Amino acid sequence: MLSYNFNWSIIWTEPYGQWMLEGIWVTIRLGLICWFIALALGIIIGTFRVTPFRPLRVFGAAYTEIFRDIPLLVQLFFWYFAAPSILPKAIEMWLYRGLPNSEFWIVVVGLSVYTSSRIAEHIRAGMQSISQDQYHAALSTGFTHFQTYRFIIIPYAVRIMMPPLTAECLTVFKNTALAMTVGVLETTFMSQQIEAYTFQGIEATTAASLVYMGITLSVVLIMGFVERRLAVPGLITRTGGR
Amino acid sequence: MDAYDWQVIPNNLQFLMQGLFTTFQLALVAICGGLLLGILVGMARLSSVRVIYYPATAFVNVMRSLPLILVIFWFYFLVPLMAGRPMGDFFSACVAFVVFEAAYFAEIVRAGIQSISTGQEQAAYSTGFNYRDTMRYIIIPQALRKMVPSLLTQAVVVFQDTSLAYVIGLKEFLRSASIVDAREMRSVELYAFVGVVYFLICFTMSKLTKRLEVKRGHA
Repeated sequence: MLSYNFNWSIIWTEPYGQWMLEGIWVTIRLGLICWFIALALGIIIGTFRVTPFRPLRVFGAAYTEIFRDIPLLVQLFFWYFAAPSILPKAIEMWLYRGLPNSEFWIVVVGLSVYTSSRIAEHIRAGMQSISQDQYHAALSTGFTHFQTYRFIIIPYAVRIMMPPLTAECLTVFKNTALAMTVGVLETTFMSQQIEAYTFQGIEATTAASLVYMGITLSVVLIMGFVERRLAVPGLITRTGGR
Repeated sequence: MDAYDWQVIPNNLQFLMQGLFTTFQLALVAICGGLLLGILVGMARLSSVRVIYYPATAFVNVMRSLPLILVIFWFYFLVPLMAGRPMGDFFSACVAFVVFEAAYFAEIVRAGIQSISTGQEQAAYSTGFNYRDTMRYIIIPQALRKMVPSLLTQAVVVFQDTSLAYVIGLKEFLRSASIVDAREMRSVELYAFVGVVYFLICFTMSKLTKRLEVKRGHA
């Protein structure tokens, strides 16, 4: 009963190959959109956490704690099932009824917010890792507050943050797989749909696995390139294997 | 949906708590099993023997490049095939989580072992310990102590990750809530409840971890 017949050609026969390609396209689009929104949001929230203005700090802390300590899947379900009835009518109409393929945009909201809370933590850690002396030295040299950040703190912090941000970028692409639970037709969803139609689960899942490994490899290469371009010799000593 | 009816929570509390219990069980298996396998893989990652080093490294890199959902599906298909008979959702979820989380634990263990000075290792060897005893009595105990904060952080992540067992129909906490929701149509109340429960557990855990870290830092 449980013997298994391999049929690898299932991955590229019509219409399954087509489904897979569409899934990959959705995964890439979803990952990229979420990554850039999350980066922007994360930088804002992360900056809130190191400002001298207390209400902003409290807001930033609450934001990161709430979105980091609830599983992403629960958050997606909340945005998908629960949010429509508590959001203002206008937003609800626009996001949930007006937009074509609204699931996609709901996941964009959920995944971006979740990821931004994690990015904010890296931003905060990066900013705080810059010694206060740098800051004081800049001020005493006559830099304004803005200039200190613009020319001293941020250039350092960005470089320190690169490795954790690379990891976070990988996480975004992996997390897009969760979108299948609310019916976004991305790679994992397509692979399971092929399984449902053909019972060739191992082949379909292998194909999806290769897709994610390819995406991971590309992200590592691209971010590694950016990292090398930005690197200041001697500032960050890489440890561990690679 | 007009008014909120929070009564739906106490009405289905027993069912929801059963789900939460399954979540805890799965998390416990995933953390203990993942850590044990992770220690082995982490040690293998530091091995100078190539046939041990390369497979372990490949395993860690492959696992870390795949989404957890996909790994769960993998074992959902593979476990019955390997066992020769259906083994149930819970069992295949357990296997998937142990294997997946082991890769993440392995990296923590590797970093932990690397943080112990090589002087310790050399001292142990020169006292006449062999590799096994050096690891068993000298390196691993110290490394584990150093790793505690990272391991606890990862444990919280694993606990959150168990919600993904939803996809293979395992009746864990989130699945229980969605089953109740299908019947009662109380999405806001139910998912808010699930979110709050997860938040309280994870927030408490991460605060305790942070406190431990601070204490360690001063000690």
